[in-house]
Parts: sequence; C-alpha cells; structure tokens
Amino acid sequence: MPELGDYAGAVLGAYAASGLLIGLLVAHSVLRAGRVRRALRRAEAKQGRSHV
Amino acid sequence: MSLWRYANPVEFMRLSGRAMPALWALTAACLGAGLVWGFFFTPDDYRQGATVKIIYLHVPAALMAINAWIMMLVASLIWAVRRHHVSALAARAAAPVGATFTLVALVTGALWGQPMWGTWWAWDPRLTSFLILFVFYLGYMALWEAVEDPEKAADLTAALALVGSVFALLSRYAVLFWNQGLHQGASLSLDAEENVADVFYLPLLLSMAGFVLLFVTLVLLRTRTEIRLRRLRALELRAGRLAEEVA
Repeated sequence: MPELGDYAGAVLGAYAASGLLIGLLVAHSVLRAGRVRRALRRAEAKQGRSHV
Repeated sequence: MSLWRYANPVEFMRLSGRAMPALWALTAACLGAGLVWGFFFTPDDYRQGATVKIIYLHVPAALMAINAWIMMLVASLIWAVRRHHVSALAARAAAPVGATFTLVALVTGALWGQPMWGTWWAWDPRLTSFLILFVFYLGYMALWEAVEDPEKAADLTAALALVGSVFALLSRYAVLFWNQGLHQGASLSLDAEENVADVFYLPLLLSMAGFVLLFVTLVLLRTRTEIRLRRLRALELRAGRLAEEVA
C-alpha cells in the first residue's frame, strides 16, 4: 500500500466511488443481458424459432 | 464489402458475439494494469502529492464522458439519415455508460478539488458544462423511456443528442478559451510540451485505453441486449395478436 499521507481519504474515496459506480454499471449490464437473453429463448422456444 | 452490412441486426449480433470475449479480456488487462501501475507504482507529484493518483480515474472518465456523447451523436445522425435501427439502439445503449463516466469524472474531480482547490465544487466553465452534460444524459435516457413508439423516441433523442453535443464540445474546449475558471488546462495534448511527466503518462495512457475498451465492450453488450429486447417485444406482440385471433 503506498503512503498517501493527508490525502488518503481523497485518493481512496475516489477509487472506492469509481469502483462502486463502474461495478454497478457492469453488473447491471451483464445481469440485464442475461435476463433478456433467457426471456427471448423462452419466447422463441414457444414459437419454434431460433434465437438471435 | 460495405460497412453498412453491420447495420443488419443478425450480422451485428454475429460479429459482436465473436468479439465480446476478447474485448472483456483486453478491458480487464488494460484497466487493471493501468490502475494498479498508477496507484501502486508511481511517485507523488511535487505539488499535488498523492492526489495525483486520482488522474488515472478522472482523466479517462472525463475523456469518455465527452466521447460517449459524440458517439451517440454520430449514431443518432446515422439513424436520422439512413434509418438503421442498430445505430439508434447503439446510441441508446451508450447513454447509461456515458452518464456513469460523467458521474465518475464529477465525483473524482470533487474529491481531488477539495484538498487542492479548497472546495468540492466551483461554478467553473468546465465543471459547469460537465454538470450540464450529465443532466443531458439523464434527460436523454428519460426521453427514451418516456416515448412508447421506438421510432419516434429515436427521432426525438437524435435531436436531443444534437443539442447536447454543444455542451459535450464545450466540456472539452472550455479550458482553452475560458481562463477565469479554477480547472487547469488539458493534462494531455498532442503538443508534447504540455503533457504530464512520463512517469505518470504511461500508466495514464494504459488506463485511458482501459476506459475506451470498457466503453466499447459495455456499449456492444447493451446494444445486443436492446436488439434482443426489441425482438422479444415483437414476438410477444405477435403472440398476443395470435391469442386474440384464436380467442
């Protein structure tokens, strides 16, 4: 761990906030993609079509 | 072979599906290497101290916040001129990614500004234009959700993307022609004399490459989801009509 001195709060806060925001974005994108893909598969199976 | 063949959803899905695993791997490698190098293995700046480590997040996020809007503008113009649905969906898919990067730039900027400027926020031209850009992102996403007809939503959001591009460009160039603000000049420039020192420059470049790749990867993933969602709605609509006919 580097010595951050008086600026530890600002630096660690910036990395934590960015990690949280980007992590939420990635998780939302991946989970939503999976949910929609599964729903489309089900709908296509019902209608007997191959999925995109 | 025409570039426009990739505007065909089936062709787009085929090509982007192949590229996704490599894009995820490259994103993780560049972003991980850039941030670890910047955080653990670079010295403090003689004036900024350890807060210089924030540039590995702030500069790439700010860069992509602006570029994401420019990408949305280009995709919207392609929709407006050529009516390719994939381009409209790509613009829609990019908005949450751009909004998140704008928020990251605002938050990291505030966290850096407090110890360096003595304030979290100032109504400086660049900061203000960035805040307006963030509001434009929110408005853009809200407009897509509010309009039920997808073609009408794509038309209206294309117009909004055009208007918002003024603030995207202002965010980029405000530091060049408005000197009264707190925000310093550009950290990176094609003019080598204005660039940051090499010891910060190389991890910063790597981190920027990571953010660009993260943007491309997430936009492709979200565009694929939008295409599937549109197909799902079409199938549900058809099934509903069939059910009505049978009834």
